[in-house]
Amino acid sequence: MIDQLPALPVVITMAAAPLVMCLLRWPWLAWATTTAACWAALAATIALLHHVLDVGTVSYAMGGWEPPFGIEYRIDAANVFVLLIIAGVSALIMPFAKRSVESEIEASKIPFFYCAFLLANCGLLGVTATGDAFNIFVFFEIAAIASYALIAMGKDRRAVMASYQYLVMGTVGTTFLLIGIGFLYIMTGTLNLNDLAHRLPEVSDTNTVRAAFAFLAVGVSLKLALFPLHLWLPNAYTYAPSMVTVFLSATATKVAIYVLLRLFYSVFGIEFSFEELSMNYVLFPLALLGILIPSIVAVFQNNAKRMLAYSSVANVGYIILGISFATTLGVMASMLHIFNHAITKAALFMALGCVVYRAGGTSLERMAGMGQRMPWTMAAFVLAGLSLIGIPLTVGFITKWHLILASLETGLWPIAVFLLGTSLLAVIYIWKVVEAAYFREPLAENANVQEAPLSLLVPTWVLTLLCVVFGVYTPFTVGIAETAAETLMGGFL
Amino acid sequence: MDWLGLYNYWVVVILMMAGFYIVIAQGNLVKKIVGLNIFQTSVFIFFISLAKLDGGSAPVYVEGITEYSNPLPHVLILTAIVVGVALTAMGLALVVRVHELYGSIEEDEIHEQDGSD
Repeated sequence: MIDQLPALPVVITMAAAPLVMCLLRWPWLAWATTTAACWAALAATIALLHHVLDVGTVSYAMGGWEPPFGIEYRIDAANVFVLLIIAGVSALIMPFAKRSVESEIEASKIPFFYCAFLLANCGLLGVTATGDAFNIFVFFEIAAIASYALIAMGKDRRAVMASYQYLVMGTVGTTFLLIGIGFLYIMTGTLNLNDLAHRLPEVSDTNTVRAAFAFLAVGVSLKLALFPLHLWLPNAYTYAPSMVTVFLSATATKVAIYVLLRLFYSVFGIEFSFEELSMNYVLFPLALLGILIPSIVAVFQNNAKRMLAYSSVANVGYIILGISFATTLGVMASMLHIFNHAITKAALFMALGCVVYRAGGTSLERMAGMGQRMPWTMAAFVLAGLSLIGIPLTVGFITKWHLILASLETGLWPIAVFLLGTSLLAVIYIWKVVEAAYFREPLAENANVQEAPLSLLVPTWVLTLLCVVFGVYTPFTVGIAETAAETLMGGFL
Repeated sequence: MDWLGLYNYWVVVILMMAGFYIVIAQGNLVKKIVGLNIFQTSVFIFFISLAKLDGGSAPVYVEGITEYSNPLPHVLILTAIVVGVALTAMGLALVVRVHELYGSIEEDEIHEQDGSD
């Protein structure tokens, strides 16, 4: 059993997807099966996490074909951490999903919806678990096609256009990845990431490898919504159904960031990526602009969901900033923020999902007066909002603290000031929502709005409390992030 | 002469740029999908070209033949073609939905209907 663990999360979700589609007549059963699959995947991931922390890197030969010829699933501290985020978030949103999805999706389409959700989940888990370059491409596409379908199921007709825009940009991104993989294959004759890492140094002084690097970097940057390649993200997150926004905001961009880390640090190696090609000079300014400009844009948004979508782009900037330092501390801050931002954003979007369920929308006018009408929901929003800003005792503070340490370590003290300044921008946009919710009278049609039902409220609070728990009790996340950063910096062994 | 020897790769580059240009420049949603297809197809040709070995035979074991073309990229591209078909289907399905909801598949007309938001 323990030998099969690396494949289990991917296999469970993939096998459950067609099963769910057969349950067309029983939406309730489709939901129950999806929930069971997500929790089973989480259980397998937690077992895998313990196993990896005990014995170190685990290699799994898919179908018994030995790597580097067959597809290898290679799990180390870095990707098991990302697997935990995906499996954890998907398991936690399933109780939330039931009512939220029932209110936003037609009953006849619910089984299809859950099928697409499982496939997206499986794709993201697959990208993270696999140690094969071409496999990364295939799983990226599985996750992407499923998420186009999920986004297009939003109620607003603009959801369909948002999904189309995402499809065009996402396909360009993954096709760039494919070109990059092709170049690497020409030069090395292998697709296994570990094998690539060993063979690349011999041929790294060629334009083919540099071109491969460029295509891979741009392709992954499109997928992870690195500023200025983020244009697909705000619309997609704004118009997607609430549950989809929660899931994608917590996982989709994070997985692409993990792939970027893996490629830059493990496959090409620090010397090639950061010394020869000076990627830090590319990533660093993009990260700073990517934090600053979307934060300013977020301040001027009139729809809370869209505001948080722009804030997601800004937070990708924080993660890339950590990566651009090319130090263990920087990568560790990035790994921490991948986790911390995932739970913070998931909690925030869940709170907004509660508001959508009761008030019918998340424009600031509709959210007016919700502080009194939905006190628990808005309290969760405020608490998670504090974590987004980076107030001490929340996870947001832990990442900003480590980012500041990393910037001081590299002697870039103005970055510390910059981070404080951009946190103030987060204060402004969270405050705009708070101001509308607590200090304005509700719309006439929303005068009788009640608190969200418990099935929505409990998962929201679980994630919100996680933001505080991991903000106070840090050894778990910091420990894994540190091991993960050291693994990534060390390259493959 | 060396330039002519890279004939396949020139085709790839031209198709790739043509496809990419259509994706960027066309306002018609169906034409954008066509552009994406051309763009992806160029990558398929690229993979298949790189598998070819001069004088290499098909990868079937026959006595007396020592050089074979590499079959692995062909297999990869079979997968990538399937992915491409799924993407095209998904894209066209979305265009059908867009046409139902907006009555148009021209990007500027759609944005006009949605206003500045």
